Amino acid sequence: MTSLLFLIPVALGLGLLGLAGFFWALRSGQFEDPDGAASRILIDDETD
Amino acid sequence: MTAVALESERLERTTLAVPGAHCAGCMSKIERGLSAVPGVAEARVNLSARMVSVSHEEGLDRRKLVHALADLGFEAQTRVNGSARPDSAARQLLAPLAVAGFAAMNVMLLSVSVWSGAEGSTRDLFHWLSALIGVPAIAYAGQPFFRSALGALRKGHTNMDVPISLGVLIASGLSLYETAVHGRHAWFDGALMLLTFLLAGRALDAMMRDRARTGVDALISQAPQGATVVSEDGTLAWQATDALRPGMILRVVAGERLAADGEVVSGASQFDQSLLTGESRPVAAQVGDGVLAGTLNLTGPVDVRVSHTGYDTTLAEIVRLMEASTQSRSRYVRLADRASRLYAPAVHTLAALSVGGWLIGGASVYQALVIGVAVLIITCPCALGLAVPVAQVVSSGALMRAGIMVKDGSALERIALVDRALFDKTGTLTMSRPQPDPAVLSAIDPVAVSVALALASHSGHPLSRALAASLSADGHRAAELDAVEERAGEGIFARWLGLEVALRRPEAASGIAVSLFVEGKPTWLIPYAYHLRPDYAEALAELRTLGIEASILSGDSVPAVAEVARATGLSAQAMTSPADKQALIGRLQAAGRRVLMVGDGLNDGPALAAADASMAPGSASDVGLQSADLVFTQDSLLAIPRAVRAARATTRVVKQNFALAIGYNVLAVPLAMAGFVTPLVAALAMSTSSLIVIANSLRLARIAR
Repeated sequence: MTSLLFLIPVALGLGLLGLAGFFWALRSGQFEDPDGAASRILIDDETD
Repeated sequence: MTAVALESERLERTTLAVPGAHCAGCMSKIERGLSAVPGVAEARVNLSARMVSVSHEEGLDRRKLVHALADLGFEAQTRVNGSARPDSAARQLLAPLAVAGFAAMNVMLLSVSVWSGAEGSTRDLFHWLSALIGVPAIAYAGQPFFRSALGALRKGHTNMDVPISLGVLIASGLSLYETAVHGRHAWFDGALMLLTFLLAGRALDAMMRDRARTGVDALISQAPQGATVVSEDGTLAWQATDALRPGMILRVVAGERLAADGEVVSGASQFDQSLLTGESRPVAAQVGDGVLAGTLNLTGPVDVRVSHTGYDTTLAEIVRLMEASTQSRSRYVRLADRASRLYAPAVHTLAALSVGGWLIGGASVYQALVIGVAVLIITCPCALGLAVPVAQVVSSGALMRAGIMVKDGSALERIALVDRALFDKTGTLTMSRPQPDPAVLSAIDPVAVSVALALASHSGHPLSRALAASLSADGHRAAELDAVEERAGEGIFARWLGLEVALRRPEAASGIAVSLFVEGKPTWLIPYAYHLRPDYAEALAELRTLGIEASILSGDSVPAVAEVARATGLSAQAMTSPADKQALIGRLQAAGRRVLMVGDGLNDGPALAAADASMAPGSASDVGLQSADLVFTQDSLLAIPRAVRAARATTRVVKQNFALAIGYNVLAVPLAMAGFVTPLVAALAMSTSSLIVIANSLRLARIAR
């Protein structure tokens, strides 16, 4: 029972962390241009 | 960092549509190229929307950016107001979907331990935890449904969201009560799972519409239309269309479209009025002749005195006609709504009957209510909510891969019903631009051809572009030219190996043609014609086997239409005005036919809007693209029977999905009414029926082949 009291908050906390991460990504515009983000990795930046 | 911010001058942001950007290379090329333009601080490409957002010093000429992009090899248009672009519908659903998914998973985990035998205080603890997660999550993620249900109820009718909202709210209320009285069953998992599935369906539906819209947006030119105005002291200035006033003198060079109706005051030229009338033959206009907004100046520069602007032009008249003719679309009731009109009352009657039945049979009020709620939850249209969007998303994805963009799901339902097709001629049955005669091109001596290609590539005139495109496609190489000069209205002149060469307007020719002149050789005349689109014969034959009667409805002259009618074997009606086309569609609809209109021009706009369903080629005018339900981007006419077949298959699968969802209800409802349904049974039944419906819809993935 004590393990439950410890494990449940941990599990929920980790889940919430993921949810918060998703919201942060949504707010900071990371879903604005999914195609562009996928292609941008291929650009070679030799300058700066 | 702060130093930069302090000394930076005020920056402005301009958004340009770049339909040609499609890869990582294009992105870096555009971003670097634009950053090199003086006055530009930063450029960033959005590849999903095919747009580039540029921040630059205030007062930088936007046309400079367009020119810079043209030098990089990208066609671009400034957007009138980049920020006015509406937010995508899918993004608003992502947050509720994430919350519902998170909550459903966690509550399901807790529920599994309850189902596997947690007792007493452990079960109470788990139920309280479920409530703690579930109630706020339902309150947040259920909002799209609650709002829509409330809106429908206020107007006095019901939609699919009413039974959903009722089911979810009653289930959560009862579960809270159960939790408070240490009961055995809580339904939070079922309610959350329902919301997750339904939100996923909605998000998919919205994503499909977003994707088609960005595709069509990229084709539509958002350029602020305008004209070069000659002021009294002879200086030239570019002004936007809404700043034009009657009496102003406009200078219109070859290849430019008129921004207002007016009268030619100097110069003479030929005008392409096909956008307004569908007539492909150029119309000559000299001093004193009237010319119309939206027509294309083909040959020489002219000065035009403006007589009508904005809302008074012939162009605006057609647009008004179009806006008034979208009734048949709004009268159409979508399949899902038709289903829910029957479904919701049936479900609510069943739930009420089972509560009443158990009360009469001697059960307590509490027991009867629990059974009523079980009926509501088990009949909640989970699979029904997925039945339509999943099928339509899968098939429109398949169609998009085949080059057909579907603007919304109801278009697929409407096009499945058509039994009569009307085709515009120019640009729809034929290609949108006149093409040089290939037989003549192959007869010309290859050296002269390479000169012709070199000359044509130096001009932006539509005829030159068509010539350059078809010669490059045949594998010809351009010759090296010196002293290239384009004289508006006459042609392109240059020197090649010391010889005078030219590609110019023929002195006399019937129809459209250019003449190729090489010093010391006979002059070649290259005639142009509107060729029929590829595969037209197969496409029309397929339409016949699909039971769709086709005919031509054109604004062009009788001989031009007769020629195409002979080639295609269709009956035809020539010289129809936009209002005539619309009236004919009205008559056919009154006779009980479902009409598909396929057209591209502005003159087809009212007909496209009035028909039960409409398609336009990707080369269509902005008005055509905006008023058509489906846009096909490839040249082949086979896109039309393909779209009809895919739409019919989709409707078939949607109906199967309804049958599956209702079949599951027929099995589950008696169980629920008999009181055998526990949260475990509900969860199993709900996910199984949803999976079956999704699996059935996925069969559509190969439909567009």
